[in-house]
Amino acid sequence: MSDNQGILWEVFVQTKPGLPHKHCGSIHGHDKEMALQNARDLYTRRNEGTNIWIIPASEIVASSPEDTGSFFEPANDKVYRHPTFYKIADGITHM
Amino acid sequence: MENALNEKSFQDKIDEGISIEPKDWMPETYRKHVLRQISQHAHSEIIGMQPEGNWITRAPSLRRKMVLLAKVQDEAGHGLYLYSAAESMGVTRDELLDQLHTGKAKYSSIFNYPTLTWADIGAVGWLVDGAAIMNQVMLQRTSYGPYARAMVRICKEESFHQRQGFEIMTVLSEGSSEQKEMAQDALNRWWWPSLMMFGPPDEESPNSANALKWKIKREGNDELRQRFVNQTVPQAAILGLKVPDTDLKWNEAKKGYDFGTPNWAEFKNVISGNGPCNKERIANKIHSHKEGAWVREAAEAYAAKKNKASIAA
Repeated sequence: MSDNQGILWEVFVQTKPGLPHKHCGSIHGHDKEMALQNARDLYTRRNEGTNIWIIPASEIVASSPEDTGSFFEPANDKVYRHPTFYKIADGITHM
Repeated sequence: MENALNEKSFQDKIDEGISIEPKDWMPETYRKHVLRQISQHAHSEIIGMQPEGNWITRAPSLRRKMVLLAKVQDEAGHGLYLYSAAESMGVTRDELLDQLHTGKAKYSSIFNYPTLTWADIGAVGWLVDGAAIMNQVMLQRTSYGPYARAMVRICKEESFHQRQGFEIMTVLSEGSSEQKEMAQDALNRWWWPSLMMFGPPDEESPNSANALKWKIKREGNDELRQRFVNQTVPQAAILGLKVPDTDLKWNEAKKGYDFGTPNWAEFKNVISGNGPCNKERIANKIHSHKEGAWVREAAEAYAAKKNKASIAA
């Protein structure tokens, strides 16, 4: 069955200048102008945003849940990337 | 064998409180259960615009009209959040709408009751939104991620809905004797259908056990209904209105009210399509969908034309 509600877009809203855009949901729209306006009407009716990004849902590339273990495995044995790995003498401050 | 393993790790995740995301493996029965619930919820928001939309043109002041417009617009927004959550399970928006229009999908039976007077708008905000909030606060922690996230947004927006309803009831109950009577009449008609919104008693609800096991719901229908009664009865007292239940009585032992049994035969009858407004609600919905067809077609044609131009350039 054909869907004539326009394609699906993912919506990212920046809530304050300087903050990163955060995914907040999806919207339908036939073209980018319409999708952007729809996103504004749906996700920022109460001043929730200073900027909106939209992207066609089909363009999102995501890692797959079944590979989560092996995909993120390389980071598992590198504890030296965390500050807590290092022993610092007592009395040292500002570090 | 593989399926049994999958099911075990699925249930482990649920028990640990890890949310299920669209691409995760899930039992087909879970997928169906959640999808049915989200779709019913979405349709309820959309159909729920009608009983209130009925009063936008006749709101008693400009302030009331602006508020009601904003509220009905919110309901449309809630429907859209929920349709998107449903679509993450692989169903299209058109399929969802088609299920609503053909009667294959259900929506909350409460919206098949008419809003006869302005006081009904107050009662709907106070009682119907109040009951919905109780349910939705729980659903913010439902196990399916997209549904939970939609609920968080909805709950943020919903609290003004209940307050505006209670404000309408307050003004009426402090008004002339006719106005007070109107408020009482609205409470009389909306009380029992509101209690029915939590669904049938748990022991008769075919879906309750799975819903709790999979943490789609975290509390049973009866538990939520009891909390709603406990919370709402004192509010009625503040309004000086009488809850239409002769069995209603404070029970000190359970620190809650004992209350009468809703008319479950009526509930079943309304759910099966025989409520006062079922036919009208769906007919209106189909009509407005058809009336909007040319807009969707024009938008599609415009997008196609612009696409072509950008490829040629």
